[in-house]
Amino acid sequence: MLRDAAIVGVGCMGFKSITPDLSYKEIMFEAATRAYEDAGVNPRRDIDCFVTCGEDYWEGFSIFDEFVPDQLGAVLKRLFTVSADGLYGIATAYMLIRTGQFDTVAVEAHSKASDMLTYADIVAFALDPIYNRPLGGHPYYIAGLEMNRYLHETGNTKEQCAQVVAKNRKNALANPYAAHGANITTDDVLESEPLFYPLSQLDVSPLADGCAVMVLASDRVAEKLTDTPIWIRGVGWNSDTPRLETRDWGRALYTELAADMAYKMAGIRTPLDEIDFAEIDDIFSYKELQNLEALRLCGRGEAGRLTEEGITERDGDLPINPSGGLLGVGYTLEASGLQKLLEVVLQLRDEAGKRQIPDVETGLAQIWRGIPTTSGAVTILSNAV
Amino acid sequence: MSEKIKKYPGEEIATKDLREGRVPLIKWKPKARYAWTAGPAMSRFLKELKDGRIIARKCHKCGRIMVPPRMFCELCFKSTDEWVYVKDTGTINTYSVSYLAADASRLKEPIIVAVIDLDGASKGMGILHWLGEVKQENVKFGMKVKAVWKPLKERTGTITDIKYFKPVEAK
Amino acid sequence: MTLFRRNLKETGQELAYEATKMALDSAGLELKDIECVTLGTAPDAFDGIHMKGENLLDGAGAWRKPYSRVYVGGGTGVFTADSGWWHVASGLFDTCLVVAEEKMSSCFPHPQYAFTTIFDPIMDRPLGINLVWIFALEMHRYMHVHGIKKEKIALVSVKNKANALDHPCAQLPARITVEDVLNSEVMVWPVQRLDISPTSDGAAAIVLASEEVAKKVTDNPVWIDGVGWCIDSTYWTNRDLYYPKYVECAARMAYKMAGIKNPRKELDVVEAYDPFDYKELHHIEGLRLCRKGEAPEITAEGITQRDGDLPVNPSGGLLGVGNPIAAAGLMKVCEIFWQLRGEAGKRQVPGDPRTGLAQAWGDLMQYGSVIVMRS
Repeated sequence: MLRDAAIVGVGCMGFKSITPDLSYKEIMFEAATRAYEDAGVNPRRDIDCFVTCGEDYWEGFSIFDEFVPDQLGAVLKRLFTVSADGLYGIATAYMLIRTGQFDTVAVEAHSKASDMLTYADIVAFALDPIYNRPLGGHPYYIAGLEMNRYLHETGNTKEQCAQVVAKNRKNALANPYAAHGANITTDDVLESEPLFYPLSQLDVSPLADGCAVMVLASDRVAEKLTDTPIWIRGVGWNSDTPRLETRDWGRALYTELAADMAYKMAGIRTPLDEIDFAEIDDIFSYKELQNLEALRLCGRGEAGRLTEEGITERDGDLPINPSGGLLGVGYTLEASGLQKLLEVVLQLRDEAGKRQIPDVETGLAQIWRGIPTTSGAVTILSNAV
Repeated sequence: MSEKIKKYPGEEIATKDLREGRVPLIKWKPKARYAWTAGPAMSRFLKELKDGRIIARKCHKCGRIMVPPRMFCELCFKSTDEWVYVKDTGTINTYSVSYLAADASRLKEPIIVAVIDLDGASKGMGILHWLGEVKQENVKFGMKVKAVWKPLKERTGTITDIKYFKPVEAK
Repeated sequence: MTLFRRNLKETGQELAYEATKMALDSAGLELKDIECVTLGTAPDAFDGIHMKGENLLDGAGAWRKPYSRVYVGGGTGVFTADSGWWHVASGLFDTCLVVAEEKMSSCFPHPQYAFTTIFDPIMDRPLGINLVWIFALEMHRYMHVHGIKKEKIALVSVKNKANALDHPCAQLPARITVEDVLNSEVMVWPVQRLDISPTSDGAAAIVLASEEVAKKVTDNPVWIDGVGWCIDSTYWTNRDLYYPKYVECAARMAYKMAGIKNPRKELDVVEAYDPFDYKELHHIEGLRLCRKGEAPEITAEGITQRDGDLPVNPSGGLLGVGNPIAAAGLMKVCEIFWQLRGEAGKRQVPGDPRTGLAQAWGDLMQYGSVIVMRS
């Protein structure tokens, strides 16, 4: 098994539905301080490189890179921005460590979604300016189109999607980091206000603020810093076409290809045998089903049945989104991947409190970059010695 | 360009043609609006500006008094420890004369901008602001300046509650 | 690379495609030989597309490949090449396509206006700040601390625009004199029109490969021997702007990796980032190629000319070739590549250069990214 790099420290602030008393500077400082404390490192001395993940238009600043170093302890140090989700940052940190030139790398991602006054317009701003934007409308219609096609092709149902929502939001009640835990029934979901058929209000994950920071180290350093290094077994990331007109609406190909890359690195041939639990993308309820199949954790079209039979519950055979997922914890934009990876780390360290799944050895985190992209990443972690 | 390459892609269009619509164009004005949380440090800073004062934060470990104030010291990487008022006078660290407005249009009257190191803060702790009541040829590096404030009822808690900095007469 | 011009007709994806195709052709490879793609592009606000890295990816050949975008303001061009380095050096990939694209012309009425969004909304924006202010403040400080006169700084603009006459993609090549610079329109004193590089559209691309693959593809690979990057604090008004410590920091990292102890002697050709003429001087000092304050002297002595002892910006730099932010940095990497292979035509520096360096700068007077290449 690969033992090139391990996660030796994690810290987060949030996740909360709003943070009116703190600017992005303070929430990042808090998460970073916690992560460095957890890892037992001094960023001014011990960290060889800092990777921050974000996009300008979420923040409302251009070149947001400029505003990052101070609160991470990276002044006059090596820091850069990867314009993508936190899991891309983890993959980047992994590559940096594997070059042999860096021993300790910190990865950060945050969301200050509550600072955005015109979220839907900002998402719409990511649409192609020539072909798609002039059509107007709230861009989430793209999720409606995909959900409809996916359900049509696979035979999974809206009811099964609603079950995902009920499961995840209930899971979140046991998660002190979650912003949107709630006791919701599948009927509540099905009866909620229709938004972009077949999506209803409760099929959509609500936004949240927060920040997550992780410290990765090479095996040499990891073993000095901690008794419980969480090893990176595999990383993968991939992008399908950005164009709405030519994409495959039914399949999450980017997840399939990213997963293939990660499984190959991890030496995993039959994922179901080795992945004990997973935190997978659920920005929209149907995404959990679509990604479950794309990750080859079940056959095509089977994810709905798995959900119905309770297999993906926290006490099921293949717990999915024990943290509450994005539906329950909150959609934290580019921090979503780290939010999910955080849960994987805590579970593997036996630190997940009431959410703890017994006897876990290998966990997987997967993320999609959201509308209108077809890009995603996968990270596989293990606590095995 | 390598001498091996003969053809260089790229079709130029003149700015005039672009502006006058002779090239197919799509226009879009983004609706990206934000309300940034100022956070504890800057909220206090803005409140103090409204009261006609400039406030800074001090880190007990390195002893720096920092403005703009911040809740953490970026060099020691720890929380800062106390609020300290600094003076509204300072020295010019660097200055410049601008004939350009923010949108790149030309200004009829140039404005003088400067980085002013504030008295009472640590060495080199400057802020950006305008200079006023001075001719551009009379501005000097190291010159002593003082803030001119808007009257209380016009102050709203923003950096422009200070109208500009003007030279302090030499004694 | 594509032409660099004020406005190009092609869309961002088309520009990326053109540069990418050229790079693949020059390496004799096809898209299927490429295992991953990394793209660099600077503010989304110019192109007018949120998450523009996603929008550009199929033009950059990244369809169904591992793809990511890095972004460090102006430092992006050289930094993207650095990011390509770690993709291959990690052992995860044997080949990597590095692409940089910029389409500043999309921003109406003028791209400069989009730059206001890089500034802090509380301390800087309410003052009506224009991007050129910070350069002017830095330039003035540099001139004051070392007692440098504008005449010496203008020599850089003269040199680079003249060098650019031999660059087939150049946007503003010209034969100008120091007097032309000193008589040009004052923008933000001491910055005048001929001190500044233009806003541009353009794209550039390079192909990286591991040792094993490189040796199969070409007889003349150019190796990446050192990479470096560094960022300074966001509080730019709390810093003394006369010296770019962050460039020195980035350079040290690259020199250490490349085993360079005396850069002035060991580097044969340098492409230093020159969005403004004084920045070339600033960066030459930051790269420790001379003592602090000495850069104007070595320029006046002709040492940085193409036939001088330490040629700097033989391409014509940003001042001459153009400044599509990320693509400009990668253009410099391309230039070092062609110089080290003896393929730079009329721009070739004599004497068979073997070791070259490209450097870019970015953010709020904060970022240095460096790459050292050897043939």
